[in-house]
Amino acid sequence: MAEMLIAWPKALVREGRELPTSGVPGVVTQLRAAGVTQLDGMTAPHKGQEEFRHTNLTALAEPLFRTLARPATLAHESIASWLYPDAAWAQIVFVNGVYCPALSTRRSLPETVYAGGLAEGWTGSHAATLEAHLGSCLGARSTFTALNSALLQDGAFVHVPRNTVLSAPIHCLFISLPQETPVSVHPRNLFVVDEGSEVSILCTYAGLAGKNPVLTNLVEETVLGANTRLDYCKVVQENAIGCHLSTHEVRQERDSRQNAFFASLSGGLVRNQAYTRLAGEGTQCHVSGLYLCDGQRTVDNYLHIAHEQPHGESRIFFKGILEDDSRAVFLGKVHVFPGAQQTDSEQLNNNLLLSERARVNTKPQLEIYADDVKCTHGATVGPPAEESVFYLRSRGISESTARGMLTRGFAEETLEAIRCDEARGRLAGHILDKYQVKR
Amino acid sequence: MLEIKDLRAAVNGVEILRGLNFSANAGEVHAIMGPNGSGKSTFAHVLSGKAGYEVLPGSQVRFQGRDLLELPAEERARLGLFLAFQYPVEIPGVTNANFLQTAANEIRESRGLDKLDALDFGDFLREKMAYVNVNPVMADRFVNHGFSGGEKKRNEILQLAVLEPSLAILDETDSGLDIDALRIVSEGVNKLRSPDRTFILVTHYQRLLSYVEPDFVHVLYKGQIVKSGGKDLALELEDKGYDWIKEEVDSNG
Repeated sequence: MAEMLIAWPKALVREGRELPTSGVPGVVTQLRAAGVTQLDGMTAPHKGQEEFRHTNLTALAEPLFRTLARPATLAHESIASWLYPDAAWAQIVFVNGVYCPALSTRRSLPETVYAGGLAEGWTGSHAATLEAHLGSCLGARSTFTALNSALLQDGAFVHVPRNTVLSAPIHCLFISLPQETPVSVHPRNLFVVDEGSEVSILCTYAGLAGKNPVLTNLVEETVLGANTRLDYCKVVQENAIGCHLSTHEVRQERDSRQNAFFASLSGGLVRNQAYTRLAGEGTQCHVSGLYLCDGQRTVDNYLHIAHEQPHGESRIFFKGILEDDSRAVFLGKVHVFPGAQQTDSEQLNNNLLLSERARVNTKPQLEIYADDVKCTHGATVGPPAEESVFYLRSRGISESTARGMLTRGFAEETLEAIRCDEARGRLAGHILDKYQVKR
Repeated sequence: MLEIKDLRAAVNGVEILRGLNFSANAGEVHAIMGPNGSGKSTFAHVLSGKAGYEVLPGSQVRFQGRDLLELPAEERARLGLFLAFQYPVEIPGVTNANFLQTAANEIRESRGLDKLDALDFGDFLREKMAYVNVNPVMADRFVNHGFSGGEKKRNEILQLAVLEPSLAILDETDSGLDIDALRIVSEGVNKLRSPDRTFILVTHYQRLLSYVEPDFVHVLYKGQIVKSGGKDLALELEDKGYDWIKEEVDSNG
């Protein structure tokens, strides 16, 4: 199994040698080379590794995904429903990982702010920022991150310079467009928020219909300078056979605040792996999420928060609803370093099972090396509470309506964490549609 | 409007209600008192249709001319029965307004009435909230979520006001309330008394009955109503406790 898995990344890397090199900055060349070297020494992810122990990786077996997606263009109509049409926001669009200026709009952005393609960005006036930060957050995580570096080509790049407060969100839309064979896409995102700035970034990963799967292997690095605030909301809506693997690396400097939300709504295999380093004092990191699983789907969330400095606050709050034969994995790890006193951390994962065949593996963990901290963690897995169903029925509400209301309520409670009204509204609409009549 | 004959019910094979007889007419307020373990809450739950109780053959409950025991909980509610819970359930993610609009409309629909839209229902709800003295912000809060004990009980009274039942059963609504909360809840009940509405107050304490004056007081013991009387009976119980009744019943075998 492991050997089968290692073959296709290597085939891809051979293909990656054909990536254009002219005009590519030194940092990108170095990252590509380092990725190739790392891959050589790595085994493929397998169940013997703690972080992949419960994840079914058979969807990634040969001969899938050994081809890189080719650049493609799309008509505006075919992606319009994924945009926020009434919002006067910057909306930047990527098709199979490559930036499409023709589909994007950046009118509302202040001139000092950059939002666009990474490859476009490495030649412009924000190139120095890109060179300074690209690769600076990423550790040698796995085959997937090494592969992403080896094949580094494009992705979303946002730079908000010092003391800039953006009132409108920036929307990054990534379209997966199926091709004649299974293909893989390796976007590399970089978000840099300089000292004293605030921004809201929405990312949508949307799969168009097609008979061959697309694998998205995303790496995203986010640097939050001192006293910054980031609101982040990521929505994964790949098609039923689409695979989405992502590694998010966030570094927070002192007094920075991050409020992140991960919505996994569809896709055959979805894995969000988010690492946050609270590298300065007095940081705040709130990460919430919602996953909706049905059919044979697997959704996997792996969250790691490192409290490296004192007075940090972290919250992890994830909820999932599972139907049919679906599976979910939740692994949360809060790591409190020696000296990270006054750390305040809460971690909770709740799962609602609507089928007896669905399965959840959940493991919220704490690793604490400081003695003056307040940390809690917990998890629940179970069917809807019968006493809640009865409470609604005792008010005249039919059983099927009651179950629907409870299911929607369970999901909707998580949305309170999202500050962007439009994003929250769109997710609420999705929940309403999905659990309207069923059960 | 409510007639109960020889009601027997068991939990896990243990008979809790053992031949209970009771009847009530429209507009009356009945208090059902009794020592711990006498079957008070079982009585309230069985009438509301809660699962987990085995109603034994021969039991009869007629409500508004229908055989209550054969109806599922939601149909009992649509027929006009309301249970105020001893421990109201928290439902995160569902707002009070959404919950009550859904409930009110399902009840209206079952009676052949038009559903109320969000706007009309909003007006109706605000009116009811003002009437029973509930802060309007409660409409947008999740049902009972993070409410204090007193707020939960007041929310039950609000539901009663909105759903306008013909029979309201209050299951130990007074338990655990401080005097201010008790007063507010009692005021709500008094305002909602009407010639068309019957109340059954299931309570452990006499205190509630000095705020809501009952027409009849019944003592439940070992799953039967063993004594009935006027409101003075409650005062007598407060004075003398239940022992004299227990002795009376136990000596008669």
